[in-house]
Amino acid sequence: MPPLVDSDFEMTTTIEAKPTTDLKHVATDIVTRAMNAGASAAECVVREGDEFSTSVRLGQVETLKESGSRSIGVRVFFEQRAASTYSSDFSAAGIERMLKSALELAKITSEDPYAGIPEASKLGSLSGDLDLYHEDVYSLPGPDRIDYARRAEKAALDADPRIKNSDGGSFDAATGHRVLANSHGFVGEYRRSYCSVSSVPIAQDENGGMQRDYWYSVARSLSKLDSAESVGKEAARRTLRRLGARKVKTAHVPVVLDPMVAASMLEHIFEGVNGDSVYRGASFLAGKLGEQIASPNVTVIDDGTIPGGFGTSPFDGEGIPTRRTVVVENGILKSYLLNTYTAKKLGLETTANASRGLAGTPGIGPGNYFLEPGGKTPQQIIGEIKDGLYVTEFLGHGANLVTGDYSRGASGLWIVNGELAYPVEEITVAGNLKDMFKNISEVGTDLEFRGSVASPTIRIDGLTVGGE
Amino acid sequence: MVTSQQKHFFFEHYGLTNQDLENYLAAALSAGGDYADLYFEYLTSTSLMVDESLVKSASQGISAGCGVRVVSGERTGYAYTDDLSPQRILHAARTAALIASAPAKSTVAGFQEKSARSLYPVTLPSVDADITAKVELLMRGDRTARAYDPRIKEVRASYADELRNILVVGSDGTFAEDSQPLARVNVSCIAKTEKTSGRGTSGGGGRVALDFFFGDKTPEFFAKEAARQAILQLDAREAPAGDMEVVLGPGWPGVLLHEAVGHGLEADFNRKKTSAFAGLIGKRVASEKCTVVDNGTMPWRRGSLNVDDEGQPTQETVLIENGILKGYLSDKLSSKLMGLADTGNGRRESYEHIPMPRMTNTYMLAGLDDPGDIIRSVKNGVYAVNFGGGQVDITNGKFVFSASEAYLIEDGQITAPIKGATLIGNGPDVLTRVSMVGNDLKLDEGVGTCGKDGQAVPVGVGIPTIKIDRMTVGGTARKDPGGFMQ
Repeated sequence: MPPLVDSDFEMTTTIEAKPTTDLKHVATDIVTRAMNAGASAAECVVREGDEFSTSVRLGQVETLKESGSRSIGVRVFFEQRAASTYSSDFSAAGIERMLKSALELAKITSEDPYAGIPEASKLGSLSGDLDLYHEDVYSLPGPDRIDYARRAEKAALDADPRIKNSDGGSFDAATGHRVLANSHGFVGEYRRSYCSVSSVPIAQDENGGMQRDYWYSVARSLSKLDSAESVGKEAARRTLRRLGARKVKTAHVPVVLDPMVAASMLEHIFEGVNGDSVYRGASFLAGKLGEQIASPNVTVIDDGTIPGGFGTSPFDGEGIPTRRTVVVENGILKSYLLNTYTAKKLGLETTANASRGLAGTPGIGPGNYFLEPGGKTPQQIIGEIKDGLYVTEFLGHGANLVTGDYSRGASGLWIVNGELAYPVEEITVAGNLKDMFKNISEVGTDLEFRGSVASPTIRIDGLTVGGE
Repeated sequence: MVTSQQKHFFFEHYGLTNQDLENYLAAALSAGGDYADLYFEYLTSTSLMVDESLVKSASQGISAGCGVRVVSGERTGYAYTDDLSPQRILHAARTAALIASAPAKSTVAGFQEKSARSLYPVTLPSVDADITAKVELLMRGDRTARAYDPRIKEVRASYADELRNILVVGSDGTFAEDSQPLARVNVSCIAKTEKTSGRGTSGGGGRVALDFFFGDKTPEFFAKEAARQAILQLDAREAPAGDMEVVLGPGWPGVLLHEAVGHGLEADFNRKKTSAFAGLIGKRVASEKCTVVDNGTMPWRRGSLNVDDEGQPTQETVLIENGILKGYLSDKLSSKLMGLADTGNGRRESYEHIPMPRMTNTYMLAGLDDPGDIIRSVKNGVYAVNFGGGQVDITNGKFVFSASEAYLIEDGQITAPIKGATLIGNGPDVLTRVSMVGNDLKLDEGVGTCGKDGQAVPVGVGIPTIKIDRMTVGGTARKDPGGFMQ
């Protein structure tokens, strides 16, 4: 067959406009049809997104990916019975089939007295510009996007002769549009944009031992993205300091977590106050409201309203305006994080943390969730330790939220007389989260958001470092 | 729903023709490039959850789309569409074509379908089976777990299945279709007393029909196992910390192999020399008792595939033979660039993703040792029989896996259960310290999911009982020469 002839194949700068469908109309129409078919309540989510990504390795383009997709999810209720279906087929027949399946499926679920969409009076959307969407994430011409990735990698490769290899540099951009409608008449929508640059260098020591680390920047607007060069340089610094890592003897020493790994500790608090775990008694923080669960220098906030935030949205997955919730104040557990269902189960009010995928019952997700910064710089915190471990990476998933038992692989740097002395690896860090939260003895000043969960540097005492 | 297993699914349901496929490939290669392929996917899925003895969640969904890939040297262009109309597929093809910048390539004239196995010939895929039967499975699991012991306070049972119809065509004449079922039952329990608590989880399945769960692997089987683990944890002692002898039980502990050697032997990492295993082919990386394979051809297994996501039939690949590193797991791109055979390990999560080398079912062959002798040979150590997940840094080789059920071994006897602990080691040398290999090879129950570069794919693992002479255990208890102090 003759090859298809087409005009020109310049790198496109925008993604081709898709058939314009009013997503709000799609969502409200599906809700109406569900109600007409006898549902007592219905909720529909429509998502549309575009993504662009490119990676460069050793100066050459490795991958280039560009696409868009759309999907619909519907949840229907027959009084206290619920079911959900989803589809990527927007044709009339596809939508009809999705709805019919949902209505059928609801017959086999159980009456659950707590099931339902939120009360009408609670629904709504934050007003004003939340600074979540910037078209400039797609503003770079194709070759410049590749160049962004290339420069991030090059800055790392050029930083030191010991950087001998690379897992590449990358530049990604994405936009998303989300609509939610329900049978109380709620219709809301928002758009969000995202761009990021990263670099993953590999360093080699004189014995051939290799180490890899990475660094990245992420922003909702291209104008706020860190320069490719600064990302590459930081990636190189983080990688080089791991070279020559050794194992250490098993020890009981103070442990300092850098902000990236400290955020994982904060995530354990999140899992512990997640309403779904709380009502099931699957969390050691269940039933601890008003009690001291962490040291007095620990204050944890969840705030879905911060303009420009990575965890910001005008309403949650059920159509309730997002808000600011103090989760832990000076070590006292003040609030769980809840959606409508778990709030009803616990006899509390929702904290507008519903997270809704395409299907299933809504889960619970963070807004901008963070540990309030303390008064010491990371250097001061490290400087006060004679013998201890500074963790820059955790490996594995060794946290048991039912019992609090905690055991993970780690690597980082050994602290000797207040200085980061030498790299260490192939060690474990173990304790129990109940004690660990209470033993957070220092909180740093260095809070910075690189995602929806963020923490400053923290110091935890009383842990076991496992090694030789 | 249109879900039944059939030949020419996309031809019948989307009116595709061979001519269309050739047109799309021509568009993909319109700016040059060495190779192009199309991956059509139509995925239907069901998930159910029983919590507090109520069917709280039921969902079904369909996702369909086509991914177009263009390979030019080491470069890959990729675009996808969830709209299978000719205009959208052509647009995706032209977008993917942007990776190359050369005159158009003439493409394939005709496709050849390679003969492939039929490893999961289900007559009625579970997605089409009566949903009330699936609900009943979960209610049985729920009842069994609750009846196991009054200290079991919470039970959650879940069911998930899917049927993935795929069509892969390539400019090299590749033409492969498959219809891939997958089903899983899972039960998790929480046990509580006034002072302590524990959790347990168990599940299984594979590329099977619903009748699988009416054989040996019933919901009752998984429920009892989950409840047993949760109750056991109530009395668990602190785990020791530091280097010691470790015995792994058979089955799921094979996750050790997946993390310690499997990922490091994926060809892409070795082509780029970013793996700690790079350049070690022909070298000793394990004791001579160790032979490790990846096998995508095991009937009904979760990690098995008739053809991989590039249309290549799967196979059994020897990774380590009597301790010597023999081979890598490769996909089309790596095999071409490295001059290796394609082992049929090119996999992807969905049409939205670029394929890469991935494991299927990875396991160690049985040895000659009696499992009882292995335990008796240990003076002070840990016997780990169940694990949660693991993780590896393929560049420095360090890997972890987290024991969820483990015991102390004292003077050759299994004694007290211990709390969950992470085990950490170094991939290229951990297997050199395997001094005994049991005769009791077992594959896992079929719940494993592997993540790499943000892509999740189902996998299997397996191992006989093995003894590792030294490994670091990440507990909290202080150790003294006579044993573990509490």
